Amino acid sequence: MLEDRWRRALALCAILAVLLPGTGWALDEDGHAARRADMIRVIERYAFSAVKALGRRRIDPRVLEVMGRTPRHLFVPERLRGEAYDDRPLPIGYGQTISQPFIVALMTDLLAVGPEDVVLEVGTGSGYQAAVLAPLARRVCSIEIIPELARSAGQRLEDLGHAGVDTRTGDGYYGWPECGPYDGIVVTAAASQVPPPLVGQLKPGGRMVIPVGGPFATQWLMLVDKLADGRVQTRQVLPVAFVPFTRRSP
Amino acid sequence: MLPAISVVSAAILAYEVLLMRLFAIVQWHHFAYMVISIALLGFGASGSFLALAQGWLKPRFVAAFAVNAALFGVSALAAFALGERVPFNALEVLWNPGQLLHLLMLYLLFTVPFFCGANCIGLAFARYGEQIGRIYRYDLMGAGVGALGIVAVLFFVPPSDCLRLIAGLGIAAGGLVCFASNDVRRRFAAIGLLAAAVLLPAFVPQSWIALRFSEYKGLSMALQVPGAKVVGDSSSPLGLLTVVRSPTIPFRHAPGLSLDSAIEPPPQLGVFTDGDALSVITRYDGRLDALGYLDHTTAALPYHLLQGPSVLVLGAGGGGDVLQAIYHGARRIDAVEINPELIALVRREHAAFAGGLYDLPEVTVHAAEARSFVARGQALWDLIQVPLLDSFGASVAGVYSLSENYVYTVEAFRDYLRHLEAGGFLAITRWLKLPPRDSLKLFATALAALEREGVAVPQERLALIRGWNTTTLLVKKGALVAQEIDEIRRFTEQRSFDLAYYPGMRPDEANRFNVLDARHFFEGAAALAGPRRAEFIERYKFDLAVTRDDRPYFFDFFRWRALPEFLELRAQGGAALLEWGYPILFATLVQASALGAVLILLPLWLGRRKTVPHPDRARILVYFLTLGLAFLFVEIAFIQRFIVFLGHPLLAVAVVLSAFLVFAGLGSGAAPRFVRRLERRRETAGRLLSRLAPLDVPVLAIGAGALLYLALLPALFDWMMPWPVAARVVASVALIAPLAFFMGMPFPIGLSRVSERVPALVPWAWGVNGCASVVSAILATILAIHLGFTAVVGIAVVLYLAAAAVFRAPLATVGGGAGR
Repeated sequence: MLEDRWRRALALCAILAVLLPGTGWALDEDGHAARRADMIRVIERYAFSAVKALGRRRIDPRVLEVMGRTPRHLFVPERLRGEAYDDRPLPIGYGQTISQPFIVALMTDLLAVGPEDVVLEVGTGSGYQAAVLAPLARRVCSIEIIPELARSAGQRLEDLGHAGVDTRTGDGYYGWPECGPYDGIVVTAAASQVPPPLVGQLKPGGRMVIPVGGPFATQWLMLVDKLADGRVQTRQVLPVAFVPFTRRSP
Repeated sequence: MLPAISVVSAAILAYEVLLMRLFAIVQWHHFAYMVISIALLGFGASGSFLALAQGWLKPRFVAAFAVNAALFGVSALAAFALGERVPFNALEVLWNPGQLLHLLMLYLLFTVPFFCGANCIGLAFARYGEQIGRIYRYDLMGAGVGALGIVAVLFFVPPSDCLRLIAGLGIAAGGLVCFASNDVRRRFAAIGLLAAAVLLPAFVPQSWIALRFSEYKGLSMALQVPGAKVVGDSSSPLGLLTVVRSPTIPFRHAPGLSLDSAIEPPPQLGVFTDGDALSVITRYDGRLDALGYLDHTTAALPYHLLQGPSVLVLGAGGGGDVLQAIYHGARRIDAVEINPELIALVRREHAAFAGGLYDLPEVTVHAAEARSFVARGQALWDLIQVPLLDSFGASVAGVYSLSENYVYTVEAFRDYLRHLEAGGFLAITRWLKLPPRDSLKLFATALAALEREGVAVPQERLALIRGWNTTTLLVKKGALVAQEIDEIRRFTEQRSFDLAYYPGMRPDEANRFNVLDARHFFEGAAALAGPRRAEFIERYKFDLAVTRDDRPYFFDFFRWRALPEFLELRAQGGAALLEWGYPILFATLVQASALGAVLILLPLWLGRRKTVPHPDRARILVYFLTLGLAFLFVEIAFIQRFIVFLGHPLLAVAVVLSAFLVFAGLGSGAAPRFVRRLERRRETAGRLLSRLAPLDVPVLAIGAGALLYLALLPALFDWMMPWPVAARVVASVALIAPLAFFMGMPFPIGLSRVSERVPALVPWAWGVNGCASVVSAILATILAIHLGFTAVVGIAVVLYLAAAAVFRAPLATVGGGAGR
């Protein structure tokens, strides 16, 4: 009698073991979609305070639409998938991070990518920024310095069907001349220097966006505009609205 | 027993110093400071534990001492090995509250060794109440030797191997205490422990205690690059230097390089100090054109205003700024570098690569601390360069906001200005921060220093420029002339740098190339140079108040009133606005105080049925609390006072700390005799002496001595500054000795009295003192940030007087006789 009960319990466990992953996956996907929508709402809210950086009060809807369908949870380590849609940077190993979604949205917006544009990304990382750029541009070329990250990001982007993204391992300093010239360049690796050769690969009228700061805190965004006459002008913008002094009381 | 106490005490203090070194290498954040501070509460926990368990432990003193000493040794190693496996990431704390759990694990891990070590000493006080003075003497002197010893050992032994040594010392102390016993079994135990002291640490696999750098440190990131490899390292208490060659993807380190520059830096070797703070050794083959990129950095500006200048580079590192001077035709270059090992790398190991840079005829290299070098010398220069000494990452993370810095104080600026030739320049380059912080504080400091020198219109002597990630401030000895201003304009224009200030600058000249949403730098500098300086500093959301030698916290920009806004903006991408140092220091104080209070009150509450309620308990509490606070206040303030005089922070810590501990130990040993003699004389003395309690004399001596030193030390230091270093060390020890001697007395005098009257409270009093010491170290820094070190010493004197006042009346006897 007792043995029977055990046997039935075991059988039930076996059936559940077969069924659960499937239902779990389905539930997971629904859950992720809902959390992605929450993430987009947070980005929209924060955009209000980035008015100085953006010059307006909202992020380009095309950027939000792409981010709303890009499965960010597949770009973070498995143990962190539950936090993939929180608005915060996450570690991806090798001392690198995947940027905070709001910063990704802001940078993509500032890059002002058009459907015929060719974009260079320096610092593929997990591949998330490239995945967001790919549907917005004609072609994205992405260079990663760390071979392991380059390999896994390349594979991930291929699995997700981003045919318009080319990745390679190498030195971002010299850019990727064969792929350029570029309408936009995004340096997603937190930079303490801007490689001058990249400016040369930017088309007149093109723009480079660089987040400057540490791995978990972007200090400011640097925008490098190549003017029509080839001269360069840079802007440094804080991602937030912040006045460094208190107003005088009236 | 007494030698064993010294050994344990030496090992504990050495462990504390070593942990700071190890944490600086593997982590590099204020959280390391927090972990060590909280872990030191193991002393308080030990007092509470002994207060409750002393009845059982005292009859088993030898075994209990030996076990705790051995456990200290084992856990000192184990805590570090396990601590390295806790995936704590300080940079992520703001985003992930789960990291706080990791922090808690680190607290608990590192508390264990301090708890076990403190048990040995507390137990000795409880068991041998009649020998408290002697025990405290051996305790303090051991600690003094430990502090000095570990600094010396770190010159020869890698930090992770020092852990083995400390573990061995702990276990050996257990063996020593057993050896003193006549019991045969204990003799065997002693032999076993002494053998274990040698064998156990020796056989711990290196992989268990190998240093694991945070993956976000510069060295870890550099080594991720294909082909990058470590080609050399050297370790000293000044830092672990790691040399990295990265042939596939070169370093190309050129802080502040203009985007207009088309010249790529030559091959470089990266030199990381403690896994960060990148300095580079640049390949130099005598061809100046390869160095052309250096002319495209903001730091090149002063060379366009001087012809063939004599140059002093304060913080030469791998030689980048020396190359800059050579490129611009400097006729004489004095390069000051604090770390002799770094000099050796350029001069010996990589001399060929560096083109014999430090042995070129025009270059003289000095192994010295920058500020002290300037203060001690008589020479004059046309240009004094203070280059970037910290890494960009560390600057962004606010890593140094709690470190004292004597290079950017008003007094330092005055020293620099006095060593400039007429018409010469002081040039200081910093990483750019947005909104501006460092550059404006330096600007205000320069103004304050010029005003102190009696310059009527200091604004005429300043210029500030900025690139996209560096700023350079120029301070001229003399007013800037029109020709120089034209040259500054030309220099910035050609390199797409922005003007932030020069005398008579128009607003429309600012913010042209690296455009910000407002003219923050110009408006800030202009406001500081104008009549509303105080109001501007008051309204600014970062602390721009100038730093002085008495309050040397240049990198502390935190202001409480801006905190709510920073926390609100954190999630919106404003995380980098928050300056971490001060809030973490404050959080450490809150935690240490709360935990300390629990540890103090817990034994009273748990043992309320066993111990006889004692009306003097509050007095004992106040006495040991004030002593614990005051002793460290004085010690910490004097370490700071001696840094510039001794010429090196490390030397100051080693000499001052050891001198305090050793002479306080001697004072402690002399305390019983001192009290007896005083009691005898009192009977025959006049009215004044007969009114003095035994404690009054040392306390009055401490008060008078400390205040006298505050008044006299600056003049004494000025007089003795030119002396050779050995003479300055001897003078320092001689100055500290009398003060420390008397500071060693109040604790054993008080504890002896507790032991005579209420022996059950001896461990508790020891615990109270332990908790107070931890809080004291943190509180001293906070007080110094706000009030300065002079005030810290003043407060310490008041605390000593309060302690003496509290303890004047005799204690009632409870529990009968001395604690046996």
